[in-house]
Amino acid sequence: MPYIPHTEADVEAMLQTIGVNRIEDLFSEVPENLRFSRELNIPDAMDESKLYAHLKGLSDQNVDATKVSWFLGAGLYDRFVPASVGAVISRGEYLTSYTPYQPEFSQGYLQTIYEFQSMIAELYGMEVANASMYDGSTSMAEAAVLAHGLTGRRKIVVSASVHPHYRQVLETYLWAQSLDLVTISTPQALTEDYSVVDDQTACVIIQHPNFFGSLEDLGKAHDAARKAGAMFIVVSDPTSMALLKPPGEFDADIVVGEGQPLGVAMGFGGPLVGLFACKRELVRRIPGRIVGRTQDHEGRPGYVMTLRTREQDIRREKATSNICTNEALMALAATVYMSALGKNGLRKVAEGTVRNTQYARQALAVQGARPKFEHKVFGEFVLELPRDASEVQKELIPRGIMAGLPLGPYYGDAWKNSLLVACTETRTRAQIDHYAAMLKEVL
Amino acid sequence: MPMKQVPQPISIFEKGSPGRMGANLPETDAPEVDLQAALGDLRDDLHLPELGELEVLRHFTNLSHINYGIETGFYPLGSCTMKYNPKINEATAGLPGFRAIHPMQPVETAPGAFEVLAQVQEILCEVAGFDEITLQPLAGAHGELTCLMLIKAYHDSRGEGAQRKYVLIPDSAHGTNPASAAACGYEVKSVPTDAHGNTDLEALRGMVNNEVAALMITNPSTLGLFEPNIKEICDLLHSVGAQVFCDGANMNAMVGTTRPGDHGFDCMHFNLHKTFSTPHGGGGPGCGAIGLMKHLEPFLPIPVIRRASNGKVQLETARPLSIGRVSAFYGQFLMEVRALTYLLAYGRQKMRNISRFAVLNANYVKARLRDVLPAAHDRHCMHECVLTATRYKKGGVRALDISKRLIDYGFHPPTNYFPLIVPEAIMIEPTETETKETLDAFCDAMIAICKEAEESPELLHGAPSTQIVGRLDEAAAVKNLDVRWIHPSRREKAPVSG
Ligand SMILES: Cc1ncc(COP(=O)(O)O)c(C=O)c1O
Repeated sequence: MPYIPHTEADVEAMLQTIGVNRIEDLFSEVPENLRFSRELNIPDAMDESKLYAHLKGLSDQNVDATKVSWFLGAGLYDRFVPASVGAVISRGEYLTSYTPYQPEFSQGYLQTIYEFQSMIAELYGMEVANASMYDGSTSMAEAAVLAHGLTGRRKIVVSASVHPHYRQVLETYLWAQSLDLVTISTPQALTEDYSVVDDQTACVIIQHPNFFGSLEDLGKAHDAARKAGAMFIVVSDPTSMALLKPPGEFDADIVVGEGQPLGVAMGFGGPLVGLFACKRELVRRIPGRIVGRTQDHEGRPGYVMTLRTREQDIRREKATSNICTNEALMALAATVYMSALGKNGLRKVAEGTVRNTQYARQALAVQGARPKFEHKVFGEFVLELPRDASEVQKELIPRGIMAGLPLGPYYGDAWKNSLLVACTETRTRAQIDHYAAMLKEVL
Repeated sequence: MPMKQVPQPISIFEKGSPGRMGANLPETDAPEVDLQAALGDLRDDLHLPELGELEVLRHFTNLSHINYGIETGFYPLGSCTMKYNPKINEATAGLPGFRAIHPMQPVETAPGAFEVLAQVQEILCEVAGFDEITLQPLAGAHGELTCLMLIKAYHDSRGEGAQRKYVLIPDSAHGTNPASAAACGYEVKSVPTDAHGNTDLEALRGMVNNEVAALMITNPSTLGLFEPNIKEICDLLHSVGAQVFCDGANMNAMVGTTRPGDHGFDCMHFNLHKTFSTPHGGGGPGCGAIGLMKHLEPFLPIPVIRRASNGKVQLETARPLSIGRVSAFYGQFLMEVRALTYLLAYGRQKMRNISRFAVLNANYVKARLRDVLPAAHDRHCMHECVLTATRYKKGGVRALDISKRLIDYGFHPPTNYFPLIVPEAIMIEPTETETKETLDAFCDAMIAICKEAEESPELLHGAPSTQIVGRLDEAAAVKNLDVRWIHPSRREKAPVSG
């Protein structure tokens, strides 16, 4: 039997100790009419070699970033992940442990979480960060709910240049608590009109670099929020933080983001890791886990999960969030990644991203294709094509290119010909030139 | 026993040297750019570690040596189902055709990925007896929240949204249940448990009315007991138009033996990271699939993944009654790959052995410990047993002391003080993947510790004494809050503690 080590002799001895004759007798508390008596209608059991072949067969059907040149980003990026990251997170001591409820037996993991919190706070220029959230989208939604809790106001203002899926998740979370969502439209891909922000507004949420890759004016967003007494929440790509002035320098109250670019596979969108950083004055209201440094009775330093009275197992319906299991392993991946790259490596990755993006912005201006906006961008930009972007995207796949994200489905007909193109540090000049040549061919 | 001979670990921020780098990164061949011109003002400092690759590996390898996982030893943490996480799952989840794909690539370029999701959905539907599954929730608590959202949308659709304000939750429930109810805008009312460990039916009858949106109930309960009146309870709630949610954290007791969908539940969350062996990773990723009945189907989160009659897997996004998205993409995809690998390893022929051997192991531990740690309720338990250590309390020994002493014996402690209604609770969940020898060694240790509790309680109070640290001062951690390292150049501005 796979993974179940019992021999017949074991079972017999165990049943005797328990004092029953058959394993079935142990289920006597399950009412007869609720016992499932037929065989499950599911596929046959497979041995390990068949299992691998079955899953390998399915994986082979997908077009993946190792097979074609990848220019699709939109919040998840095909970044280089050093082999050391996988080596660490596949260690059984980390991979197969539970949440560190017994700190003396979990000092290793707890220390890495403290290091993670330190690095994320540093990247975002914030005072504190938590131990992780599910993903960037739920992290943003929890930040909005926290702003409501702190201000007592019911209106959440978000810019349309925030990732459309994040805004959908936000909408769902706000609906559940009967809170109001107001969206600032961004026809020019930048957030400009803050006139909806008023004294009912709990928070203003903008993304920087935004969904279109463009750099927002954080100072202006901050002033609009502050003038109305609202909280200022920023969603930021962590890689860009190696070069950009972090939101903390613009007095953001909460900064959230998707940690996937820091050493986590795209993995069809999961598992990811939500980042959540805030001002120190909010730390006692922060959702999720947080690890602190303390001492044992003999003065030896050690780490524990702390501020536990915010959490659901103690505070129940009054908890600051319902989150229990978070994304510890992906946070560990990010910690190893940031440690391996360090200050210089992360800058190098960010700079490579900028160079490739700038180069592609020029190189892809072929046959009437042109960048839709002139803004400053970090690692992606909107390419305006002379015809439907979804069609062009499809025609480029057999030519070895995942060209980007067609924006029409998200922003309407005015964006039908717009393609969001991402260039990470893993792209090469030759790939970009090939993209340009193939684009010329299909246009 | 001596302290562990490992030097006190140093923070990564105190290692390395300026200018060092631990990764062999891609070289960019695109032209150089003036970063200031391209991006505007740049940040001036970034205090990340600067280490070589080997230094980085040593740092995290040495820290792993002071951490304990299932692969290190027995981990009977109740309610958490710490079973073996098969290595083949890691191999399949590592395939580039799964790892290096993007959730926003054209649907027709990822048929294998959608096939994985559809197969997991179909197997879970059959195993748990539900009509529909969605894999979008990212953990158990997220699945609870999603189920409550479906229930809210359902009541709204019947014009009863405003009237149904309350969610009933047994006092034995996990903390995420009330926290999820609050996150969905509900008020919580607590339902008592009777002397046998079942939901108090009389009390429940008095609480059920048309202001109740739902009952959230765990079956088997957090006491490790099957709720024998479950069908009656579901009928009672349905008679006033309320819904019943099953906290499925304890699904391991039921796989192939009994199906929550047949008990009368309207919806349930799974923890694939418990029942279906995806690794818990030290606190996540979880994997919080939910199952539901037909009447809740119109409200499913988008996108809905469905197999059409021609066998092809399709994506439905135009669903006017949907609650919307609960997470950014399709859920914990690489965890679903692992879960599918596991589900197919058992398949039709072997699936029911999961619950049979999980229940056997739990009852064996309960029987072996009955003289030193009696069960809170003396009935056959399901996949876990909840014992009580009250008899040692008068000698000053608490359940936590027993747990801490277990660390000295090399075992991970069970869950303590949960469920809240059992005094000095010790909740043991061995899972089906442990051998009789391991269970015997654990029980021998427990028996020895209980003897120590009576004869030399100081050994328990001083435990653990074999690890790199002893019991840590949690009050001091809160009082002198230190949750991040701060670079020396910034320390005057922001004190480390305070
Ligand atoms: C009974 C019970 N319900 C719900 C949960 C929450 O699940 P998760 O931690 O995956 O959010 C847990 C586990 O932590 C649990 O034990």
